[in-house]
Amino acid sequence: MSAGEIRVAINSDQDIVSARQKGRGMANELGFSSGDATLIATAISELARNIVSYARKGEITLKVVNGLNRQGIAVIASDDGPGIADIRQALRDGFSTSGSLGLGLPGVRRLMDEFDISSQPGRGTVVSVKKWRQ
Amino acid sequence: MEVPILKQGAVLIATFQAALSDADLNHLRMGLVQQVVKFRSRAVIVDVTAMDVMDSFASRTLREIAHMIRLRGAETVIVGIQPEVAFAMVQLGLTLEGVATALDLEEGLAYLNEKFKTTN
Repeated sequence: MSAGEIRVAINSDQDIVSARQKGRGMANELGFSSGDATLIATAISELARNIVSYARKGEITLKVVNGLNRQGIAVIASDDGPGIADIRQALRDGFSTSGSLGLGLPGVRRLMDEFDISSQPGRGTVVSVKKWRQ
Repeated sequence: MEVPILKQGAVLIATFQAALSDADLNHLRMGLVQQVVKFRSRAVIVDVTAMDVMDSFASRTLREIAHMIRLRGAETVIVGIQPEVAFAMVQLGLTLEGVATALDLEEGLAYLNEKFKTTN
């Protein structure tokens, strides 16, 4: 494991809490405002929750990323779960298949600066998001 | 982690800690409704000042708590949502529609006193 990278295994609801606390810790260390640290922690909470609800287990990786003149945090949520058949639909507000609020992914996209998703039905999902320090 | 529930007259006050898991929230939901029945409480204040994150599950649980307690004939007020948490909730698209909120515990109690006065 390189410096500036934290991996959190997500297997239960308790891991959701620990992942978002580690994310907030990293954001604080990098000098993010407490408002942005809260946005990052909230995004991590939603991504970890998606893992628990849809794939049951997976991993959240938190990374320090360096841009041209700026630093940020990347959050990568990966799982080997059922995957998402229709990503476009999953990114629309109000869509949900697990009886949850269905705000997860579009909400996370609004919380962060950059958002990427790749998913294959039956193979799993990787969501990776970034927030740059202001 | 247990959420302490204090009884103050006809009002129950539940104080959330920073790091509540889903299991803790579910536990609290049942515990609060049972105590409202047991003590014949007229209102519940849920103090979320210490909460670090209010994600979709936490806000849904709070809404459910408020609705269950309303069905029981009592009132719920959520107090102490921090400005940063409120901002993140709005970005995420979460609302607490139909649930009373107040700045802090003091304001929450004042709101309930006013409410009880007009219904008496």
